[in-house]
Amino acid sequence: MRPFLHGAVTRLSATLSAPLSALALPVAAVAVSLALFGAFVALVGVDPVEMYQLMYRGAFGTWFSWQNTLTRAAPLILTALCTALPAQLGLVIIGGEGALVLGALAAAAAGMALNGAPAALVLPAMALAGMAGGALLIGGAGALRQWRGVNETISSLLLTYIAIAVLNHMVEGPLKDPSSLNKPSTPPLADAYMIGTLPGSSVHWGLVAGIVCAVAAWVLMRRTTFGFAARMVGGNPRAARMAGLPVGRLLVVTTALAGAAAGLAGMVEVAAVHGRASASLVAGYGSTGILVAFLARQNPLAVIPVAVLFGGIGASGGLLQRRLDLPDASVLVLQGIIFVVLLASEAMRGRLHLFTFARPTATPATKEA
Amino acid sequence: MNVMSRIVPQPIIPLGPADGAPAPGLEAVAITKRFGAFTALDAVSLKLRPGTVHALLGENGAGKSTLVKCIMGFYRPDEGAVVVGDREVVIGDPRAAQTHGLGMVYQHFTLVPRMTVLENLVMARASVPAVIDWRAERRRLAAFLDTMPFTVDVDAPVATLAAGDKQKAEIVKQLYLDARVLILDEPTSVLTPDEADEMLGLIRGMALAGRLSVLIITHKFREVMAFADDVTVLRRGRLAGSGAVADHTPDSLARLMIGDSSTAVPVERRGPPGTAARLRIAGLRADDDGGLPALHGVDLTVRMGEIVGVAGVSGNGQVELVQVLAGQRAATAGSVSIGDEPYRATREEMRRHKVHCLPEEPLRNACVPGMSVAENMAFRSFDEPPIARGRWWLDPAAMRRAALDLIARYRVKTTGPDAPIATLSGGNVQRAVLARELSREVDVLIAANPVFGLDFAAVADIHAQIVEARNRGTAVLLVSEDLDELLELSDRLVVMSHGAIVHETTPAAADLTVIGRCMAGH
Ligand SMILES: Nc1ncnc2c1ncn2[C@@H]1O[C@H](COP(=O)(O)OP(=O)(O)OP(=O)(O)O)[C@@H](O)[C@H]1O
Ligand SMILES: [Mg+2]
Repeated sequence: MRPFLHGAVTRLSATLSAPLSALALPVAAVAVSLALFGAFVALVGVDPVEMYQLMYRGAFGTWFSWQNTLTRAAPLILTALCTALPAQLGLVIIGGEGALVLGALAAAAAGMALNGAPAALVLPAMALAGMAGGALLIGGAGALRQWRGVNETISSLLLTYIAIAVLNHMVEGPLKDPSSLNKPSTPPLADAYMIGTLPGSSVHWGLVAGIVCAVAAWVLMRRTTFGFAARMVGGNPRAARMAGLPVGRLLVVTTALAGAAAGLAGMVEVAAVHGRASASLVAGYGSTGILVAFLARQNPLAVIPVAVLFGGIGASGGLLQRRLDLPDASVLVLQGIIFVVLLASEAMRGRLHLFTFARPTATPATKEA
Repeated sequence: MNVMSRIVPQPIIPLGPADGAPAPGLEAVAITKRFGAFTALDAVSLKLRPGTVHALLGENGAGKSTLVKCIMGFYRPDEGAVVVGDREVVIGDPRAAQTHGLGMVYQHFTLVPRMTVLENLVMARASVPAVIDWRAERRRLAAFLDTMPFTVDVDAPVATLAAGDKQKAEIVKQLYLDARVLILDEPTSVLTPDEADEMLGLIRGMALAGRLSVLIITHKFREVMAFADDVTVLRRGRLAGSGAVADHTPDSLARLMIGDSSTAVPVERRGPPGTAARLRIAGLRADDDGGLPALHGVDLTVRMGEIVGVAGVSGNGQVELVQVLAGQRAATAGSVSIGDEPYRATREEMRRHKVHCLPEEPLRNACVPGMSVAENMAFRSFDEPPIARGRWWLDPAAMRRAALDLIARYRVKTTGPDAPIATLSGGNVQRAVLARELSREVDVLIAANPVFGLDFAAVADIHAQIVEARNRGTAVLLVSEDLDELLELSDRLVVMSHGAIVHETTPAAADLTVIGRCMAGH
């Protein structure tokens, strides 16, 4: 009995230790960040315990705050996919904001152009336009990388600035609603073209779209031949070439899909929240999405809960401002701290024996020695 | 080849120990190491006597690397102790090993290629000052090298050194870091036999002088018999035997290694090669990683049922040639054709012409280290039935089944098909790739040093498989740095030097002095 039990236990711990140690790092990073942020607010004279209680209430404490949180999580899931999908190929894409903006603009333009047509036609057209806009931008970064050797991180960042400039130009010029005087925007979308909310809540259908996309991304990467090939390229381009894989095509298609996800987030923001395209679309969902993807360790499924967490952090900002007189942006400080701590802990990983040596099965030596 | 002359071998002069104290001995006592439910080492003990060379033998996956990694602090053994000199020590990480005077040289090079030898050595020290006085460092290193039985050009960038010289630089590095116990994990598998003899001779000289105690992992009996005092043999994680080399013969060692299992019977080349050209390379040019021309117009034809061996000193374009054929590098001019069709190494062409490849350093060139054994074995077949259903859907269960079959047929030692391939022993990674590439129908086979790092049974096995493939009509291009291997297997032998084919002969008519001169570039 005993040897059997022993074997079963070690087998179990072996299968568990991989996901567990994958969890350990991000959880530890968040815990350290919370402590640092607590010290930070204590410095400006706020009780950290009270603040975290408030934050919890503002994020998950009531049905109302849950709805706020989930509404914010929807675009975050989609923009996080914009980083997580290319990461499977070993690319670091940080242009989610630009893809969201361009997608929103394209969706709004499609809504304007088709004004009057039945909603069953207009909404899919807007979604397609939004995805195409995002795909163009991030797929462009992928193509530049493949055929011109341009670093995709830099190009996706710079393309974001271009996308924002295009948005501003269009809403202040060709697509401007003459009646939007001090805050230029496109004409408001007809009510019939707005995405509704989930029954019994104020959370719009974008959340469902986000979850469906995340699951689809996971299935694509884990259960299809396309995803298998992409992971080969991400893991070792030499081996992928030796297998004759079309590395360039995989790269461009994956980046385009990633951009399409963020573009869809833009369409959702237009058709569910803002009702028009304007500069207020540049709200940081794209950049927070990068953080979500990193904290989810680029796993499309893990993106969902992490996006909810960050939706909650964002949702709690208002309450902190009202009750504690902390500026609205203080939650951004928390996000920033989390990002820095996460990146630092990734860099430290090789040096902390905790992670490298305690579980050799989970972190195999990459070098045969 | 003037890189060859940068290192001047000198006669072995027995030197006194550098600081008076003789090198300490090393003892591993009843080391047990488990990976999950798998026991890689089961109470293995090993005793390295001071000032001797001790060989560690065993089949691929026997646990040799795991044992030395436990000693060096890369792994924490579950049970057992390490004794250096006469003190038990606890080595938590490789840096701690350095402070106890232990140094390790790996099968793969660890020096930074773009930096010079001097820079590499200084940066490897435990404490590097914020501002480095290079002139003083240089003087110190020169003084240190004066006490060495060989010299290394300290100002040469490591990338320009030949393999043997790199390996010597790795050893110098360990000695410079004050290693008194040197552990070498298959140090000679990347070296030619001559280079290996020279290096092992130097090390043995230093051990004789009491300056070093050496533990060396190798698969070559010849080296054990010629250079080691004692030997320890592992089999499947257990101690199979140990003792003085003088009490053993290669046969007795082989029996200790594999027990009663039998090795593959050598296969004879049957019948003459076919007449139809299968693989045709014409005027092929390509650049190396640095953008400099590496292939200067290679012309070569391989017929059906023929093994063409490519000999040459490493670094003369062999790597680039193999990479172009494998689709890993773009040609700048010339053509490759298979049958009568141009060949651009796309997946579809590889499949249609049944082109397969056994590159060197398989973990780096042919595997994704983080993916599982099953996934790595499916690289050629993941997009066709039964693993792919309807072209798009992966069937992980079918992938697993296919892998289990290959693991059994090719005797790959792994904890299971789901283990990341990076956890396999070096030789077993090689076997996994071999299973993937040779289990399918093969019309053209490109092989580069296919038996590096394999135990003798596996070498016999792979040689038999290559010859069998040839007898079935496969066109084989075999690139190897081991001339004996080429002379044994090839139908035709060509010599590559400075990126071109400079000599062609058959093994029967081969003149070794001519070949040697061609290899040296004359
Ligand atoms: N990190 C790890 N996780 C799980 N299993 C491992 C790990 N490292 C090694 N193993 C297993 O332990 C066994 C011994 O491996 P080791 O590398 O010590 O073999 P070796 O004797 O050095 O073989 P080779 O001659 O092929 O290098 C192998 O079966 C290998 O799969
Ligand atoms: Mg080994």
